[in-house]
Amino acid sequence: MPIEILMPALSPTMTEGKLAKWLKQTGDAVAAGDTIAEIETDKATMEVEAVDEGVLGKQLVAEGTEGVAVNTPIAVLLEEGEDESALANMNDATPAPAAAAAEAPPAAQAEPQSAPAKSPAAPVAAEPEWDGPTASQSVREALRDAMAEEMRRDPTVFLMGEEVAEYQGAYKISQGLLEEFGAKRVIDTPITEQGFAGIGVGAAFYGLRPIVEFMTFNFAMQAIDQIINSAAKTRYMSGGQISSPIVFRGPNGAAARVAAQHSQCYASWYAHIPGLKVVAPWSAADAKGLLKAAIRDPNPVIFLENEVLYGQSFEVPQSDDWIVPIGKAKVVRPGRDVTIVTFSISVGRALEAAEALAQDGIEAEVIDLRSLRPLDSETVIDSVKRTNRLVTVEEGWPTAGIGAELAALMMEHAFDWLDAPVTRVCGADVPMPYAANLERLALPQVADVVAAAKHVCYAD
Amino acid sequence: MATKAAKSSKSKGATAAKKTATKKTAAKRGRSGPDVASTNRDELLELYREMLLIRRFEEKAGQMYGMGLIGGFCHLYVGQEAVVVGMQAAITEGDTVITSYRDHGHMLATGMEAKGVMAELTGRRGGYSRGKGGSMHMFSQDKGFYGGHGIVGAQVPLGTGLAFAHKYKDEAAVCLTYLGDGAVNQGQVYESFNMAALWKLPVVYVIENNKYGMGTSIERASARTDLYHRGQAYGIPGVQVDGMDVLAVREAGRKAVAHARSGKGPQILEMLTYRYRGHSMSDPAKYRAKEEVQKMRQERDPIERLRGALLDSKVTDEASLKEMDRNVKEIVSEAAEFAQNSPEPDVAELFTDIYAEA
Ligand SMILES: Cc1ncc(C[n+]2csc(CCOP(=O)(O)OP(=O)(O)O)c2C)c(N)n1
Ligand SMILES: [Mg+2]
Repeated sequence: MPIEILMPALSPTMTEGKLAKWLKQTGDAVAAGDTIAEIETDKATMEVEAVDEGVLGKQLVAEGTEGVAVNTPIAVLLEEGEDESALANMNDATPAPAAAAAEAPPAAQAEPQSAPAKSPAAPVAAEPEWDGPTASQSVREALRDAMAEEMRRDPTVFLMGEEVAEYQGAYKISQGLLEEFGAKRVIDTPITEQGFAGIGVGAAFYGLRPIVEFMTFNFAMQAIDQIINSAAKTRYMSGGQISSPIVFRGPNGAAARVAAQHSQCYASWYAHIPGLKVVAPWSAADAKGLLKAAIRDPNPVIFLENEVLYGQSFEVPQSDDWIVPIGKAKVVRPGRDVTIVTFSISVGRALEAAEALAQDGIEAEVIDLRSLRPLDSETVIDSVKRTNRLVTVEEGWPTAGIGAELAALMMEHAFDWLDAPVTRVCGADVPMPYAANLERLALPQVADVVAAAKHVCYAD
Repeated sequence: MATKAAKSSKSKGATAAKKTATKKTAAKRGRSGPDVASTNRDELLELYREMLLIRRFEEKAGQMYGMGLIGGFCHLYVGQEAVVVGMQAAITEGDTVITSYRDHGHMLATGMEAKGVMAELTGRRGGYSRGKGGSMHMFSQDKGFYGGHGIVGAQVPLGTGLAFAHKYKDEAAVCLTYLGDGAVNQGQVYESFNMAALWKLPVVYVIENNKYGMGTSIERASARTDLYHRGQAYGIPGVQVDGMDVLAVREAGRKAVAHARSGKGPQILEMLTYRYRGHSMSDPAKYRAKEEVQKMRQERDPIERLRGALLDSKVTDEASLKEMDRNVKEIVSEAAEFAQNSPEPDVAELFTDIYAEA
């Protein structure tokens, strides 16, 4: 049967166009790929190419016609062995061109998402109770033990990064790992963050479980495209076929006196991204349990450490199987008057602030978020329903930060329980200065947390 | 002009790069048709059939885009068929393939089904990514195809990582990592070259030099227009190949793959090829003369050249080729039909496949 040639859409926005010129005339032989006409679209002059071969039986739209709607038949092609008589009886036989795609896809009608109600992440298992023996360990040792235990357990786990092997880690986190696991599994990379982050993701696509260490997260900006576009999105884009079980870890946030390019908190950057999990532990026990959970997790996990915490010691359960579930906050100090929510190094400052507040008769509840995505909003909301006040503390900048997110969550889920506006204590909205006095001013201090808590208690 | 400059600087750099066997020889054969004498009949016909399938599939995709059935960006592979078909014939089961967004040809060549690919183009349930990836993002672990990536150059570290995993797992597999003449200027490409050479990873980088990155000709983007020597600084051997001759591609591919598989590290193949259509469906291609495209089609077309050689050498006859053409068309129309009838994804799919269950 003769084939209708339709007015094509030649750009995502084109609805009609001008048939500028016929390049094939009635009776001309047409091969697949031949240009048969020129069309002027909303953007440019384009060529219409034949898909089928045959003889041009008839032009249905005259040269120079404007406003020809997309999908209008513009010509008829006769197939091998057909002649013009075939044109006569085709009107009724030709199916109407498909118009379905012009309609808006129904997917857009999904209701707006509210994070806690519809978190797409799997339900989070509760943290194991621990009444066994503990030992005092630095965060540094806890992280090393977590990696070593997981590498013993699973031969697909390997560590790569700058100075992780022979030098034993720029911050000595990977001490002893090269000796135990060898150069195949503890790999020194060149200084090439985008490259080795991408190699890690590719290896994860194929079923390995890489731990990629960034010397600090400041340098992960070189690699952020691979982290977000390749690691976080591929599972979705592949309809669930390809996962990226990979951990990106390293120190995040302000160190001391290293100025703007080496002192930045990336928590809210990564917490923004669906497809990533983001954790930022404070204690050594959480550092160990969460890193083990991150390595076992089948998704890409951003593991934000803190250089200042590396040397601090905490009690850590004596166990090869100490796992802290991702996505669970922890009440590290109970209290009834005000909730202070924070993570990473600021937990220590918040606890000091709570101590000071107690002197003045204010009992602050301190919550360590530990995970930033998924964010355990339930624990925060429960607390705020009791204290009716919330102060957030982070080293990062205020705009679109973790505190901003918590404030929005309270508006959505705890509005009627609030007795004071949610108050944020953040890093100053400036690049980190070098001078000691200015650096102190740029970072949230215990006194700032105390002042904010008193303010929301109307006690200042 | 640009070629001259490239040649003189090449001879100057020759001592420094003594160990790096970068060659231009394979491209020399030029005009003459593919050398069919060395290959058995069935293989020749299969190569021809696969190229034809890609050509017809892409033409159909272009037509369906024109009908509004395919949205967004749609980058056709018409003209470049010999590259993937030749390379695929040079690898074996267990090897992996990764490329950019101009990926329909690669998927068909790896044996992914036309139906599933076309249904992904239309954003339907029956697509390889169940409608969530589209033209630029499709995958098939079964066929060793790892995408389908929309960020120019990003697939290069990823492919290098697949090769890393092959080596880590002590597999004899090789990863083919494809990139364009535009992508070849991305920094992460050289980060990958360095580590692949340093760690002797089993990867073959296939540069598809189709002379344009969108509207920018290679002369306007690259200081030297030959690309096969881009790995010279890392000691990666490179060869320039007539990418419009499927047998030349296969031959060069076999050597490169054998090299990579034997543990000697990466290889670069620069495929001289050409895309007939615009960069994407909405590109009017005003940056090049029609005559240039016409000349390529008439003189270099990989399908016509093989067809001519098959007929001249009496490997087959017109009638059999016609029959094959009909079969291919049938597959493509079935795919088109399927892609239109497959339903859109369930709205619940909006929130699935973001995280794997721990
Ligand atoms: C990082 C990045 N920059 C820009 C683009 C937009 N873009 C898409 S394709 C393209 C041209 C790439 O050309 P080439 O590598 O030669 O591949 P070809 O399209 O010829 O196959 C550009 C600039 C992109 N997708 N990603
Ligand atoms: Mg190109």
